[in-house]
Amino acid sequence: MNITAIALAASAALSLPAQAQVSGDTIKIGMITDLSGVYADVDGNGGAEAVRMAIADMGGAINGKKIEFVVADHQNKPDIAASRAREWFDQQGVDMLIGGTNSGASLAMAKVAREKKKVFIAIGSGTAQLTNEQCSPYTVHYAYDTVALARGTGATMVKQGGKSWYFLTADYAFGQSLEKDTTDVVKANGGSVLGSVRHPLSASDFSSFLLQAQGAKAQVLGLANAGGDFINAVKAANEFGLTKKIKVAGLLVFINDIHTLGLNTTQGLYLTDGWYWDQNDASRAWAKRYFAKMKKQPSMLQAADYSAATNYLNAVKTLGSDDADKVMAQLKKTRINDMFTKNGEIRPDGRMVYDMYLMQVKTPKESKGAWDYYKVVATIPGTQAYTTKAETKCVLWK
Amino acid sequence: MELFGVPLPALLSQLLLGLVNGSFYAMLSLGLAVIFGLLNVINFAHGALYMMGAFAAFIGVTSFGLNYWAMLVLAPLAVGLFGILVERAMLRRLYRLDHLYGLLLTFGITLLLEGLFRSIYGVSGQTLDVPDMLAGATDLGFMILPNYRAWVVAASLAVCLATWFVIEKTSLGATLRAGTENPKLVEAFGVNVPRMVMLTYGFGVALAGLAGVLAAPVINVTPLMGSNLIIVVFAVVVIGGMGSILGAILTGLGLGVIEGLTRVWYPEASEVVVFVVMVIVLLLRPAGLFGKEK
Amino acid sequence: MSKKIVYAIVLLAAVVAPFVGYPVFLMKLLCFGLFACAFNLLIGYAGLLSFGHAAFFGGAGYVSGYVLTTLGLPFELGILLGVLAAALLGLVMGALAIRRQGIYFAMITLALAQMVYFSALRAPFTHGEDGLQGIPRGRLLGTLDLGSDLTLYYVVLAVSAAGFALIVRTIHSPFGQVLSAIKENEPRAISLGYDVDRYKLLAFVLSAALAGLAGALKAVVLGFETLTDVHWTMSGLVILMTLVGGMGTLAGPILGAFLVVALENKLGDLGNFLAGATHVEWFASLGESVGIVTGLIFVACVLLFRRGIVGELAHAYSRRRA
Repeated sequence: MNITAIALAASAALSLPAQAQVSGDTIKIGMITDLSGVYADVDGNGGAEAVRMAIADMGGAINGKKIEFVVADHQNKPDIAASRAREWFDQQGVDMLIGGTNSGASLAMAKVAREKKKVFIAIGSGTAQLTNEQCSPYTVHYAYDTVALARGTGATMVKQGGKSWYFLTADYAFGQSLEKDTTDVVKANGGSVLGSVRHPLSASDFSSFLLQAQGAKAQVLGLANAGGDFINAVKAANEFGLTKKIKVAGLLVFINDIHTLGLNTTQGLYLTDGWYWDQNDASRAWAKRYFAKMKKQPSMLQAADYSAATNYLNAVKTLGSDDADKVMAQLKKTRINDMFTKNGEIRPDGRMVYDMYLMQVKTPKESKGAWDYYKVVATIPGTQAYTTKAETKCVLWK
Repeated sequence: MELFGVPLPALLSQLLLGLVNGSFYAMLSLGLAVIFGLLNVINFAHGALYMMGAFAAFIGVTSFGLNYWAMLVLAPLAVGLFGILVERAMLRRLYRLDHLYGLLLTFGITLLLEGLFRSIYGVSGQTLDVPDMLAGATDLGFMILPNYRAWVVAASLAVCLATWFVIEKTSLGATLRAGTENPKLVEAFGVNVPRMVMLTYGFGVALAGLAGVLAAPVINVTPLMGSNLIIVVFAVVVIGGMGSILGAILTGLGLGVIEGLTRVWYPEASEVVVFVVMVIVLLLRPAGLFGKEK
Repeated sequence: MSKKIVYAIVLLAAVVAPFVGYPVFLMKLLCFGLFACAFNLLIGYAGLLSFGHAAFFGGAGYVSGYVLTTLGLPFELGILLGVLAAALLGLVMGALAIRRQGIYFAMITLALAQMVYFSALRAPFTHGEDGLQGIPRGRLLGTLDLGSDLTLYYVVLAVSAAGFALIVRTIHSPFGQVLSAIKENEPRAISLGYDVDRYKLLAFVLSAALAGLAGALKAVVLGFETLTDVHWTMSGLVILMTLVGGMGTLAGPILGAFLVVALENKLGDLGNFLAGATHVEWFASLGESVGIVTGLIFVACVLLFRRGIVGELAHAYSRRRA
């Protein structure tokens, strides 16, 4: 029984180093994302680096108060994300949390941020629930969401003749949201959905799922997944000769995926994106700085990490305070005009609305070199891409 | 043409795919059965060693520029060697104890190996290209089958049958089997039993490594690829009868096919069907389908 | 005499702890401590190695989480339902598994736990991979607001202490004596006329219920429940905790649980601390190596410290006295 006493004392001692001072003199930004799994490439360490660039560009301090940054890996597990967020808010004095990829993790973090009354900016994750059914006065959803993807890629494919759809869906919040939103768009445009098959996140073998899809005999195979899962699904579809019989629709595709798969496999693919490194001078200039550090071109998420961090810090600077309520109000009344977008604004429901692009992947002949992969087919105005006031279920925006 | 409300192509294609999965189950459970049958050790690390085989192939091809065929020989050797080291240094001390300690030790080794590879490679997958000779696919009418998958089935069946033959039909196999039943007596005949045990463990894990190399071009090579599989393989071995070589092979193939069939009618259940079968078998035939009550 | 002083010290430490450390972390320690003790009841005192205890731990968490979130039931009722669910699950699993012994027993528990895992994955109310989020803490008996970490800590402390006391009483009771006899030599116990299966089943159900209590409490403390708690690696983790602490000792599992949980959560902090103190950059990456360290401890314990920390200390102490 002596041991128990020692054990208890030891455990108390072990929990001591975590007891940091509550922030009052520093502005602490935290980022929890997938650093080592299926989504590591499209956000991950590159995204963290982008935030560091934003902090450095601010001079590392605002009005003499130092800006600090902490990163953590949630390994695509919502419990790790939620626990870490809670601990950071309680013990480490984090003022603003950036949510990386994985919608399940982001929904969990948004709940914690709401409870602790701290600013939460979801960038990497896609589920539109963040600003709809689960909207919160402390959540900002930056970069993109599943509704915009559906209204971009989904509508285009249907209008081009892809009337019957079958979905291959990642079985968690993101995949389910994307499947639901795309189904709504397909039906609204006169198409039909023949069925869907769910696969676990980071599935190792897509063959059995694709064979089920093949059996349905649809015109379009909607891939409601992303990152490594998207890459593996496309590879398997090629391997089993599916691409000859059915049109593959990548509902969330990043430039890193195209880089891995190559133009031969992906040419002609339609995708909805919010930012492309080659879209204008400002984006090219920033991308060049990013490339110098990371040796790859940034994705929409990594650019959004930089932009969101910068705009947050600017709001703090203008207000002279990092109080969550004041900052949220400031963010919602400031236009966003930077290397990310020229006409972004944050609505009352937390959704950052800006023009999205419908892109098509170039053929190997059209591309002039590595990372020159996209051509802009159409611009989708923000008001059309995202959920409208009439459609929303968010109580903050009625 | 429909069979029980399902179009025949769909049925046949899932069956074939099930056979491919079944060959992996067969080979892995064969290694497990060999180790348990001859050593009385439940090798929880089998999944991690399968993963090591896949990674060895990946590293060999990408870092050392070796080709797939070379790795087909080298990777199992490397894994087998590692297994021998483990047996010699650690496993040997636990033979006189309850064989649950062997399970716990190998469980710890699994955590170690997975943690190690995870810290180097993260959890996202690496891919290995299919060797040129096996690339391409054949149109079977009801589906297009990538040639490599046909090779996997053929190779595993060949290895499994060869192993079964050696253990059941040759004098080497007879010595092995005698060694587990009565080590003292066999030692009295001048056979170095500890060395034989060590080599058997090495062989069993080499089989896992070989399965890993075969799997590398089709399955995502991640540090966790083994842990997803090991529980199913355990179930297979238990159903087949823990010491039975033939039981492991047949049950492995059979369960792969059953899984494939389940996917046709009730896809979600395909993950659980192995365990349901295991519970039923254990309640009706406690020693497994081919096992002998010890 | 000295035992009373030890109890007093332990009580004082437990009461003071939330003011020194992070209450949520401490509550997590308490829940896992209870879980390990519940598991130890089965392995240490009944001699049954279950490889599926995560099913009770996570299963109860899901049931409690669901009734608290969706049905809006009060805290006590939610926890109670979780415990009952775990007990029921324990009854079913135990009845199926008890028929076999040794490794087959472990395998059946593993298979049944896997089925629970897949049910959790598929059932709509668990939200699969996303987990059950936003579990409310509510009020204790309709009056005490559990929203404050401090208040909840004392409630959790009281409940887990009660659970631990129950285990201690069970072990020292006639029932516990029979269990020890069965573990020692089952054929002899049968020949003495004991209905061995009934005792084993009862132990199994009790262990499951207490594991469920731990899981339900943890779900409320952290506010969510995810698949991690029903995955077989969680079953492996509780085995590790009991092994490291000492199977068959009273305090061993608690210590083992504390060490393992502290390791998982604090290794990163420890690494950063060491990196700062020694200026060796490599330490900072220690946080990523939780799996490796856990594996090393597991292997070391099985090879060298089979009795676990408390067990080895007790053994050394008794050898010195002899």
